[in-house]
Amino acid sequence: MSANQPSGQQMPRHHMPLFEVFVRSKRGLDHTHVGSVHAEDAEQALEYARDVYTRRSEGISVWVVRSSDIVASQESDQHCFFDPNDDKPYRHAAFYQLPDEVDNM
Amino acid sequence: MSRRLPTAGPQGARPHAIPRNGSDLCVLTTRLADDALILGQRLSEWCSNAPFLEEELALANTALDCLGRARFLYARAGMLEGKGRDEDDFAFARGPEAFANLLICELPRGDFAFTLVRQFLFDSFDVLYLRALADSTDDALAGIAAKALKEADYHLRRSQSWMLRFGQGTEESHRRAQLAISALAPYTGEMFEMDVLEARLLTDGIAPDRAALKTPWQIRLSETLSEAHLSWPESCGNISGGRAGRHTRHLEALLDEMQAVTREMPGLSW
Repeated sequence: MSANQPSGQQMPRHHMPLFEVFVRSKRGLDHTHVGSVHAEDAEQALEYARDVYTRRSEGISVWVVRSSDIVASQESDQHCFFDPNDDKPYRHAAFYQLPDEVDNM
Repeated sequence: MSRRLPTAGPQGARPHAIPRNGSDLCVLTTRLADDALILGQRLSEWCSNAPFLEEELALANTALDCLGRARFLYARAGMLEGKGRDEDDFAFARGPEAFANLLICELPRGDFAFTLVRQFLFDSFDVLYLRALADSTDDALAGIAAKALKEADYHLRRSQSWMLRFGQGTEESHRRAQLAISALAPYTGEMFEMDVLEARLLTDGIAPDRAALKTPWQIRLSETLSEAHLSWPESCGNISGGRAGRHTRHLEALLDEMQAVTREMPGLSW
Protein backbone atom coordinates (compact mmCIF):
# COMPACT_ATOMS: atom_id res chain seq x y z
CA MET A 1 0.00 0.00 0.00
CA SER A 2 1.29 3.41 -0.93
CA ALA A 3 0.45 4.50 2.60
CA ASN A 4 3.55 2.81 3.90
CA GLN A 5 6.10 4.97 2.16
CA PRO A 6 6.37 8.44 3.59
CA SER A 7 7.64 10.62 0.80
CA GLY A 8 6.64 13.72 -1.08
CA GLN A 9 9.48 15.67 0.46
CA GLN A 10 10.80 17.43 -2.61
CA MET A 11 7.90 18.92 -4.44
CA PRO A 12 9.34 21.20 -7.10
CA ARG A 13 8.16 24.73 -6.53
CA HIS A 14 9.97 26.61 -9.26
CA HIS A 15 6.67 27.08 -11.07
CA MET A 16 4.79 28.46 -8.08
CA PRO A 17 4.31 32.20 -8.36
CA LEU A 18 4.69 34.57 -5.45
CA PHE A 19 1.72 36.47 -4.00
CA GLU A 20 1.80 39.47 -1.68
CA VAL A 21 -0.54 39.26 1.29
CA PHE A 22 -2.54 42.13 2.78
CA VAL A 23 -4.53 41.70 5.98
CA ARG A 24 -7.15 43.97 7.50
CA SER A 25 -7.03 43.52 11.24
CA LYS A 26 -10.44 44.99 11.93
CA ARG A 27 -13.32 46.77 10.30
CA GLY A 28 -12.55 50.36 9.49
CA LEU A 29 -8.79 49.85 9.23
CA ASP A 30 -6.85 49.52 6.00
CA HIS A 31 -5.42 46.33 4.62
CA THR A 32 -1.75 46.21 5.53
CA HIS A 33 1.01 44.33 3.76
CA VAL A 34 2.12 41.47 6.00
CA GLY A 35 4.28 39.29 3.77
CA SER A 36 4.04 36.85 0.89
CA VAL A 37 3.22 33.24 0.02
CA HIS A 38 3.99 30.91 -2.86
CA ALA A 39 0.94 29.28 -4.42
CA GLU A 40 -0.26 27.71 -7.65
CA ASP A 41 -3.02 30.26 -8.16
CA ALA A 42 -4.85 33.10 -6.48
CA GLU A 43 -7.41 30.88 -4.77
CA GLN A 44 -4.74 28.73 -3.16
CA ALA A 45 -2.74 31.84 -2.27
CA LEU A 46 -5.74 33.16 -0.38
CA GLU A 47 -5.97 29.94 1.64
CA TYR A 48 -2.25 29.88 2.37
CA ALA A 49 -2.40 33.55 3.36
CA ARG A 50 -5.16 32.64 5.79
CA ASP A 51 -3.15 29.73 7.17
CA VAL A 52 0.16 31.56 7.43
CA TYR A 53 -0.85 35.09 8.44
CA THR A 54 -4.16 34.96 10.32
CA ARG A 55 -3.79 31.94 12.59
CA ARG A 56 -3.67 34.09 15.72
CA SER A 57 -6.77 36.10 14.84
CA GLU A 58 -4.77 38.82 13.10
CA GLY A 59 -7.41 39.54 10.51
CA ILE A 60 -10.97 39.68 9.30
CA SER A 61 -10.17 40.19 5.63
CA VAL A 62 -7.32 39.08 3.37
CA TRP A 63 -6.20 40.27 -0.05
CA VAL A 64 -3.63 38.53 -2.18
CA VAL A 65 -2.11 39.90 -5.34
CA ARG A 66 0.46 38.42 -7.66
CA SER A 67 3.79 40.03 -6.80
CA SER A 68 4.52 40.37 -10.51
CA ASP A 69 1.42 42.53 -10.88
CA ILE A 70 2.79 45.14 -8.50
CA VAL A 71 4.55 48.03 -10.20
CA ALA A 72 7.12 49.42 -7.80
CA SER A 73 9.30 52.48 -7.78
CA GLN A 74 13.00 51.77 -8.07
CA GLU A 75 15.97 52.92 -6.05
CA SER A 76 17.06 54.84 -9.15
CA ASP A 77 13.78 56.78 -9.09
CA GLN A 78 14.59 58.15 -5.64
CA HIS A 79 16.22 61.43 -6.68
CA CYS A 80 13.44 62.57 -8.99
CA PHE A 81 10.47 60.91 -7.21
CA PHE A 82 10.99 61.87 -3.61
CA ASP A 83 13.93 64.19 -3.01
CA PRO A 84 12.26 67.27 -4.55
CA ASN A 85 9.54 67.14 -1.88
CA ASP A 86 11.94 67.55 0.99
CA ASP A 87 12.18 71.35 0.59
CA LYS A 88 8.49 72.17 0.19
CA PRO A 89 7.30 72.75 3.75
CA TYR A 90 4.25 74.69 2.47
CA ARG A 91 2.75 71.32 1.51
CA HIS A 92 2.35 70.54 5.22
CA ALA A 93 -0.58 71.96 7.14
CA ALA A 94 1.73 72.90 9.99
CA PHE A 95 3.38 75.48 7.73
CA TYR A 96 0.35 77.75 7.98
CA GLN A 97 -0.56 79.97 10.89
CA LEU A 98 -4.13 79.37 11.99
CA PRO A 99 -6.40 82.43 12.39
CA ASP A 100 -7.41 82.95 16.03
CA GLU A 101 -11.05 82.23 15.20
CA VAL A 102 -10.14 78.64 14.39
CA ASP A 103 -9.96 76.79 17.69
CA ASN A 104 -9.32 73.33 16.51
CA MET A 105 -8.21 71.80 13.31
CA MET B 1 -0.68 16.92 22.90
CA SER B 2 1.23 18.88 25.50
CA ARG B 3 1.29 17.52 28.99
CA ARG B 4 -1.04 18.88 31.67
CA LEU B 5 -2.48 21.73 29.74
CA PRO B 6 -5.12 23.86 31.39
CA THR B 7 -8.66 22.61 30.90
CA ALA B 8 -9.95 22.71 27.40
CA GLY B 9 -11.91 25.93 27.69
CA PRO B 10 -15.45 27.09 28.12
CA GLN B 11 -17.23 24.31 26.29
CA GLY B 12 -15.00 21.60 27.71
CA ALA B 13 -15.24 22.89 31.23
CA ARG B 14 -18.89 23.82 31.40
CA PRO B 15 -20.65 21.50 33.84
CA HIS B 16 -23.48 20.26 31.64
CA ALA B 17 -26.01 18.00 33.28
CA ILE B 18 -25.36 14.31 32.80
CA PRO B 19 -28.24 12.70 30.92
CA ARG B 20 -29.72 9.37 31.93
CA ASN B 21 -27.92 7.57 29.11
CA GLY B 22 -24.62 9.00 30.32
CA SER B 23 -22.57 5.88 29.79
CA ASP B 24 -23.65 5.50 26.14
CA LEU B 25 -22.96 9.18 25.65
CA CYS B 26 -19.54 8.80 27.24
CA VAL B 27 -18.69 6.04 24.75
CA LEU B 28 -19.85 8.11 21.77
CA THR B 29 -17.96 11.17 22.99
CA THR B 30 -14.80 9.10 23.42
CA ARG B 31 -15.17 7.63 19.92
CA LEU B 32 -15.39 11.09 18.40
CA ALA B 33 -12.46 12.28 20.50
CA ASP B 34 -10.37 9.29 19.39
CA ASP B 35 -11.13 9.99 15.73
CA ALA B 36 -9.98 13.57 16.15
CA LEU B 37 -6.88 12.79 18.20
CA ILE B 38 -5.57 10.02 15.99
CA LEU B 39 -6.19 11.87 12.73
CA GLY B 40 -4.64 14.98 14.26
CA GLN B 41 -1.58 12.99 15.28
CA ARG B 42 -1.19 11.64 11.74
CA LEU B 43 -1.46 15.15 10.33
CA SER B 44 1.04 16.51 12.82
CA GLU B 45 3.62 14.07 11.46
CA TRP B 46 4.00 16.46 8.54
CA CYS B 47 5.55 19.07 10.84
CA SER B 48 9.05 19.63 9.43
CA ASN B 49 8.28 17.14 6.63
CA ALA B 50 5.80 19.02 4.46
CA PRO B 51 6.67 19.82 0.84
CA PHE B 52 6.84 23.58 1.45
CA LEU B 53 6.27 26.09 4.22
CA GLU B 54 2.77 27.26 3.34
CA GLU B 55 1.45 23.72 3.15
CA GLU B 56 3.25 22.78 6.35
CA LEU B 57 1.44 25.51 8.28
CA ALA B 58 -1.87 24.62 6.66
CA LEU B 59 -1.47 20.97 7.68
CA ALA B 60 -0.36 21.92 11.18
CA ASN B 61 -3.40 24.18 11.53
CA THR B 62 -5.66 21.30 10.59
CA ALA B 63 -3.85 19.00 13.03
CA LEU B 64 -4.31 21.56 15.81
CA ASP B 65 -8.00 21.88 15.02
CA CYS B 66 -8.32 18.11 15.42
CA LEU B 67 -6.35 18.18 18.65
CA GLY B 68 -8.47 20.99 20.05
CA ARG B 69 -11.62 19.11 19.20
CA ALA B 70 -10.26 15.98 20.88
CA ARG B 71 -9.53 17.93 24.05
CA PHE B 72 -13.06 19.30 24.34
CA LEU B 73 -14.49 15.84 23.77
CA TYR B 74 -12.15 14.03 26.18
CA ALA B 75 -12.85 16.61 28.87
CA ARG B 76 -16.57 16.00 28.38
CA ALA B 77 -16.12 12.22 28.32
CA GLY B 78 -14.17 12.37 31.58
CA MET B 79 -16.97 14.37 33.15
CA LEU B 80 -19.60 11.92 31.95
CA GLU B 81 -17.58 8.98 33.20
CA GLY B 82 -17.14 10.55 36.61
CA LYS B 83 -14.00 8.64 37.54
CA GLY B 84 -11.71 11.60 37.58
CA ARG B 85 -9.98 10.87 34.28
CA ASP B 86 -8.84 13.98 32.43
CA GLU B 87 -8.04 14.50 28.76
CA ASP B 88 -4.42 13.44 29.20
CA ASP B 89 -5.49 10.17 30.82
CA PHE B 90 -7.60 9.39 27.78
CA ALA B 91 -4.87 10.34 25.32
CA PHE B 92 -1.79 8.95 26.99
CA ALA B 93 -2.82 6.21 29.40
CA ARG B 94 -4.73 3.85 27.13
CA GLY B 95 -3.50 1.06 24.90
CA PRO B 96 -4.62 0.45 21.30
CA GLU B 97 -7.43 -1.92 22.30
CA ALA B 98 -9.03 0.88 24.33
CA PHE B 99 -9.03 3.31 21.41
CA ALA B 100 -12.24 3.35 19.40
CA ASN B 101 -11.22 5.53 16.45
CA LEU B 102 -12.20 4.79 12.87
CA LEU B 103 -9.48 2.80 11.13
CA ILE B 104 -9.21 5.38 8.35
CA CYS B 105 -7.82 7.86 10.88
CA GLU B 106 -4.93 5.66 11.98
CA LEU B 107 -3.51 4.59 8.62
CA PRO B 108 0.05 5.90 8.15
CA ARG B 109 0.23 9.31 6.55
CA GLY B 110 1.70 7.89 3.34
CA ASP B 111 2.68 10.38 0.68
CA PHE B 112 1.19 13.84 0.37
CA ALA B 113 -1.59 12.61 -1.91
CA PHE B 114 -2.56 9.88 0.55
CA THR B 115 -2.76 12.39 3.40
CA LEU B 116 -4.97 14.79 1.47
CA VAL B 117 -7.17 12.13 -0.13
CA ARG B 118 -7.78 10.65 3.32
CA GLN B 119 -8.52 14.14 4.56
CA PHE B 120 -11.04 14.72 1.79
CA LEU B 121 -12.80 11.40 2.41
CA PHE B 122 -12.97 12.16 6.11
CA ASP B 123 -13.76 15.90 5.84
CA SER B 124 -16.64 15.35 3.45
CA PHE B 125 -18.13 12.93 5.97
CA ASP B 126 -17.16 15.10 8.93
CA VAL B 127 -19.06 18.22 7.84
CA LEU B 128 -22.23 16.16 7.33
CA TYR B 129 -21.84 14.48 10.69
CA LEU B 130 -21.06 17.67 12.59
CA ARG B 131 -23.94 19.52 10.99
CA ALA B 132 -26.26 16.82 12.28
CA LEU B 133 -24.51 16.62 15.64
CA ALA B 134 -24.92 20.37 16.13
CA ASP B 135 -28.64 19.62 16.47
CA SER B 136 -28.02 17.03 19.18
CA THR B 137 -30.25 17.17 22.24
CA ASP B 138 -27.04 16.98 24.27
CA ASP B 139 -26.01 20.62 24.64
CA ALA B 140 -22.35 19.91 25.29
CA LEU B 141 -21.97 17.77 22.19
CA ALA B 142 -24.02 20.19 20.10
CA GLY B 143 -21.79 23.06 21.22
CA ILE B 144 -18.57 21.25 20.40
CA ALA B 145 -20.01 20.23 17.01
CA ALA B 146 -21.02 23.78 16.12
CA LYS B 147 -17.52 25.02 16.84
CA ALA B 148 -15.84 22.13 15.04
CA LEU B 149 -18.07 22.55 12.00
CA LYS B 150 -16.54 25.93 11.15
CA GLU B 151 -13.11 24.34 11.19
CA ALA B 152 -14.26 21.29 9.22
CA ASP B 153 -15.77 23.49 6.51
CA TYR B 154 -12.33 24.98 5.96
CA HIS B 155 -10.61 21.57 6.08
CA LEU B 156 -12.97 20.35 3.37
CA ARG B 157 -12.45 23.45 1.26
CA ARG B 158 -8.72 22.70 1.27
CA SER B 159 -8.83 18.94 0.83
CA GLN B 160 -11.42 19.14 -1.92
CA SER B 161 -9.34 21.67 -3.83
CA TRP B 162 -6.34 19.34 -3.49
CA MET B 163 -8.40 16.51 -4.98
CA LEU B 164 -8.93 18.66 -8.06
CA ARG B 165 -5.28 19.70 -8.17
CA PHE B 166 -4.10 16.10 -7.96
CA GLY B 167 -6.60 14.86 -10.50
CA GLN B 168 -6.15 17.68 -12.99
CA GLY B 169 -2.46 18.22 -12.26
CA THR B 170 0.30 16.02 -13.62
CA GLU B 171 0.27 12.38 -14.61
CA GLU B 172 2.20 11.67 -11.41
CA SER B 173 -0.18 13.56 -9.12
CA HIS B 174 -3.14 11.83 -10.76
CA ARG B 175 -1.50 8.43 -10.36
CA ARG B 176 -0.72 8.99 -6.69
CA ALA B 177 -4.21 10.28 -5.88
CA GLN B 178 -5.75 7.31 -7.66
CA LEU B 179 -3.53 4.91 -5.68
CA ALA B 180 -4.58 6.60 -2.45
CA ILE B 181 -8.27 6.38 -3.34
CA SER B 182 -7.97 2.66 -4.02
CA ALA B 183 -6.09 2.07 -0.77
CA LEU B 184 -8.53 4.12 1.31
CA ALA B 185 -11.85 3.10 -0.22
CA PRO B 186 -12.29 -0.04 1.92
CA TYR B 187 -11.98 2.05 5.09
CA THR B 188 -14.71 4.56 4.25
CA GLY B 189 -17.67 2.27 4.99
CA GLU B 190 -16.87 2.31 8.70
CA MET B 191 -17.73 6.02 8.91
CA PHE B 192 -21.37 5.14 8.21
CA GLU B 193 -21.74 2.09 10.44
CA MET B 194 -24.29 2.29 13.24
CA ASP B 195 -24.16 -0.07 16.19
CA VAL B 196 -26.72 -0.66 18.94
CA LEU B 197 -25.17 1.98 21.17
CA GLU B 198 -25.36 4.76 18.62
CA ALA B 199 -28.82 3.53 17.61
CA ARG B 200 -30.01 4.04 21.20
CA LEU B 201 -28.51 7.53 21.22
CA LEU B 202 -30.14 8.24 17.87
CA THR B 203 -33.54 7.39 19.37
CA ASP B 204 -32.90 9.96 22.08
CA GLY B 205 -31.94 12.61 19.54
CA ILE B 206 -28.36 12.68 20.79
CA ALA B 207 -26.45 10.96 17.99
CA PRO B 208 -26.83 11.51 14.24
CA ASP B 209 -27.77 8.64 11.96
CA ARG B 210 -24.49 7.80 10.25
CA ALA B 211 -26.16 5.53 7.72
CA ALA B 212 -28.32 8.42 6.50
CA LEU B 213 -25.21 10.46 5.67
CA LYS B 214 -23.88 7.96 3.17
CA THR B 215 -25.95 9.12 0.20
CA PRO B 216 -25.13 12.85 0.52
CA TRP B 217 -21.49 11.86 1.06
CA GLN B 218 -21.48 9.73 -2.07
CA ILE B 219 -23.01 12.52 -4.12
CA ARG B 220 -20.26 14.96 -3.21
CA LEU B 221 -17.66 12.25 -3.64
CA SER B 222 -18.75 11.33 -7.14
CA GLU B 223 -19.05 14.99 -8.17
CA THR B 224 -15.55 15.69 -6.93
CA LEU B 225 -14.05 12.57 -8.45
CA SER B 226 -15.63 13.25 -11.80
CA GLU B 227 -14.42 16.85 -11.82
CA ALA B 228 -10.95 15.61 -10.90
CA HIS B 229 -11.02 12.80 -13.49
CA LEU B 230 -10.45 10.29 -10.71
CA SER B 231 -12.40 7.11 -10.11
CA TRP B 232 -13.72 5.03 -7.24
CA PRO B 233 -12.88 1.31 -7.30
CA GLU B 234 -15.63 -0.97 -8.67
CA SER B 235 -15.62 -3.15 -5.60
CA CYS B 236 -13.52 -2.35 -2.59
CA GLY B 237 -14.82 -4.43 0.30
CA ASN B 238 -15.24 -3.03 3.76
CA ILE B 239 -12.66 -3.06 6.55
CA SER B 240 -13.82 -2.03 10.00
CA GLY B 241 -13.37 -2.84 13.67
CA GLY B 242 -11.98 0.36 15.11
CA ARG B 243 -15.05 1.06 17.23
CA ALA B 244 -14.58 -2.33 18.90
CA GLY B 245 -10.88 -1.76 19.51
CA ARG B 246 -9.76 -4.03 16.66
CA HIS B 247 -7.12 -1.94 14.99
CA THR B 248 -4.50 -2.18 12.29
CA ARG B 249 -0.94 -2.70 13.50
CA HIS B 250 -0.33 0.97 12.67
CA LEU B 251 -2.18 2.31 15.71
CA GLU B 252 0.20 0.63 18.12
CA ALA B 253 3.18 2.30 16.44
CA LEU B 254 1.42 5.65 16.50
CA LEU B 255 0.68 5.34 20.23
CA ASP B 256 4.24 4.19 20.96
CA GLU B 257 5.45 7.48 19.62
CA MET B 258 2.64 9.69 20.92
CA GLN B 259 2.77 8.23 24.43
CA ALA B 260 6.54 7.80 24.69
CA VAL B 261 7.11 10.70 27.06
CA THR B 262 4.27 9.76 29.41
CA ARG B 263 5.41 6.14 29.56
CA GLU B 264 8.95 7.23 30.32
CA MET B 265 7.95 9.77 32.95
CA PRO B 266 4.38 9.28 34.18
CA GLY B 267 2.76 12.42 35.55
CA LEU B 268 5.39 14.66 34.04
CA SER B 269 4.34 18.25 33.52
CA TRP B 270 6.02 21.15 31.77
